[in-house]
Amino acid sequence: MIVYAAAFYVFAAMAIASGAMVIASRNPVHSVLFLILAFFNAAGLFVLMGAEFLAMILVIVYVGAVAVLFLFVVMMLDINFAELRQGFLQYLPIGGLVGLILLVELLFVAGTWVFAPEAGQIVSDRPSGSGGTTNAHAIGLVLYTKYAYPFQLAGLVLLVAMIGAIVLTFRSRDGVRRQRVADQLARGPESAVELRKVKSGEGV
Amino acid sequence: MAELWHGYLGPGAWIVFKILLIVVPLLLGVAYLTLAERKVLAAMQLRKGPNVVGPFGLLQPLADGLKLLLKETIIPSGANPVVFLAAPMVTFILAIVAWAVIPFDYGLVVANINVGVLYLFAISSLGVYGIIMAGWASNSKYAFLGALRSAAQMVSYEVSIGFVIISVLMCVGSLNLGDIVLAQRGLWFAIPLFPMFVVFFISALAETNRAPFDLPEAEAELVAGYNVEYSGMTFALFFLGEYANMILMSAMTSILFLGGWLPPLLIAPFTWLPGPVWFALKIALCLFVFLWVRATFPRYRYDQLMRLGWKVFLPFSLFWLVVTAGVLVAFGWAPRLAG
Repeated sequence: MIVYAAAFYVFAAMAIASGAMVIASRNPVHSVLFLILAFFNAAGLFVLMGAEFLAMILVIVYVGAVAVLFLFVVMMLDINFAELRQGFLQYLPIGGLVGLILLVELLFVAGTWVFAPEAGQIVSDRPSGSGGTTNAHAIGLVLYTKYAYPFQLAGLVLLVAMIGAIVLTFRSRDGVRRQRVADQLARGPESAVELRKVKSGEGV
Repeated sequence: MAELWHGYLGPGAWIVFKILLIVVPLLLGVAYLTLAERKVLAAMQLRKGPNVVGPFGLLQPLADGLKLLLKETIIPSGANPVVFLAAPMVTFILAIVAWAVIPFDYGLVVANINVGVLYLFAISSLGVYGIIMAGWASNSKYAFLGALRSAAQMVSYEVSIGFVIISVLMCVGSLNLGDIVLAQRGLWFAIPLFPMFVVFFISALAETNRAPFDLPEAEAELVAGYNVEYSGMTFALFFLGEYANMILMSAMTSILFLGGWLPPLLIAPFTWLPGPVWFALKIALCLFVFLWVRATFPRYRYDQLMRLGWKVFLPFSLFWLVVTAGVLVAFGWAPRLAG
C-alpha cells in the first residue's frame, strides 16, 4: 500500500508541476515538452487506477501523435515573445472566465453525488459481470452497445473536422506536373526505347 | 524488518535481477549487431570487413565502444544544453524500456501486462521524440531538417503499423503478447496474413530509420541528419538506441507473425531446442533481412517515401483489415470473449 500511495503522490505532484510549467516556461518548445510530461503522469495515474488500456491509448494518441505535431509546429514558428506578452492584461478577463467555467464544471462533476446521487451512475457505469474481463473488453462492451450512437456521432464530428481542415487549406494550382507512378510503371521498352541504325559519319 | 524484506526489498531485488538479465545480453547483442552489420555488408560487397581487432574482428565493437567512451562530449555554444543532453537519453531509455513486455518463453517475461501490444506500440511511437529534440536543440539547419523529416516519416508509418497490429489482434482476441504467440501454435500469422507481414516489415524499416528509408540521416544531403552535432557518448547513445530499436522491431515481427518462441512444427527434432533459442533465431533472421535490405536497395526519394506510406500502405492495410474481419466473421473464426 505504501508503494501505491507513494506512486500516486509522485505522479500527481509531477502532473500538477509540469502542468504549471507548461504555462510558466518562457520557451514554447519547453512548454510542449512539459505538456508531454504531464500526459505521461496522467497515464501513470490511469495505470494506478487499473485502467491500463486508457493509459496506453493516452500515450499513443496524445504523446505519440498529437504532441509530435504540436512540437513540429511550435519548433517551426517564429514567435515574438515581447509581442506575445503585451496582450496579457487584455486577454486576462477572457482567460479567467474560461478557467472559472472549467473550475465550476469540475466542481459539478465532483459534486454530483450531492445534487443528484443517481448521476454518479454515468461516471461509474460498468457492464455487469465484468469481473474477470480485461479493460479493453469492458470498454468495448459499453462502447459498442450502450453508447454506440454517441460513439458513431463522435466519429462523424471528427470526420467533419477533418474534411473542414482539408477544404480550408486546399488550393488547386494549375500547371503542376505531378509524377504518375502508374504511368511510369506501365511504360515498357517498346514505347521507351527506340533502336535506330545510324550510318557512320551522318549522325541521327 | 522481515516484512519490509519480504514485502518490498526482496521482490524489488528480484525484478532488478530480471531487468539485468535482459539488458546485459541486449547491449551485447547491440554491440555485436554493429559488427554483424559490417561483416554482412562486407560479404555482400566482396570485402572482408573488420578483421584486425581480435580473432575475426570479434573485439571490434568493444574497441569502438571504448573509443566513443573516451571522446570528448562537445555541446555547441548555440545549443539548448538540457534538451541537447536529454535527447540521446530519451532515445536510449525508450529502446531499452520496451523490452519489459517481450515474452522470451511461456511466462518468461518481466511484466506480463494485458495491454502488451499497446505498450510496445506506445513506446515505439515515442521514439520520434529523441530525434526531434536532438534536431531542435542542436540549433543547426542540417540537424533540424533531419529531425523534421524523421518526425513526418515515423508518424506516417505508425499509422499502417497500427492497422497491421489491429488485424493481428482480431485473429487473437487479446492484447497480451503471450496470448498472441500461443494463438499461433497451429499456424504462424505470417502465412494467412502474409501481405500484412510484408507491410509490417517495410514499415518497421521506416520506423527505425533504416535503409532504404534512412532519410533523416541521409549523409549525401544532410551530412548526418539529426545527430550531426553529437560526439562521444551522446552519439553512442543514439547509435545504441537505434540498433536496440532494430532488435526490438525484429522481436515484434517474430512475436506478431513468426510465432515468437514456438518452434516451426511442434514435433520432435524442432522441440529439442528451447523456446528462447527459437526466439533468438527468428530475431536474427529478421535482423539479417534488415542488413540485406540495406546492402541491396538505394535510398528512397522523400516524396516517394511519403507516397508509399500514405497512398499505398495506408489504404492497403485498411483494405486488408476489412478483409480479415470479413473472413473471420463469415467463417465463424472470430475469437470469443473469454470472460
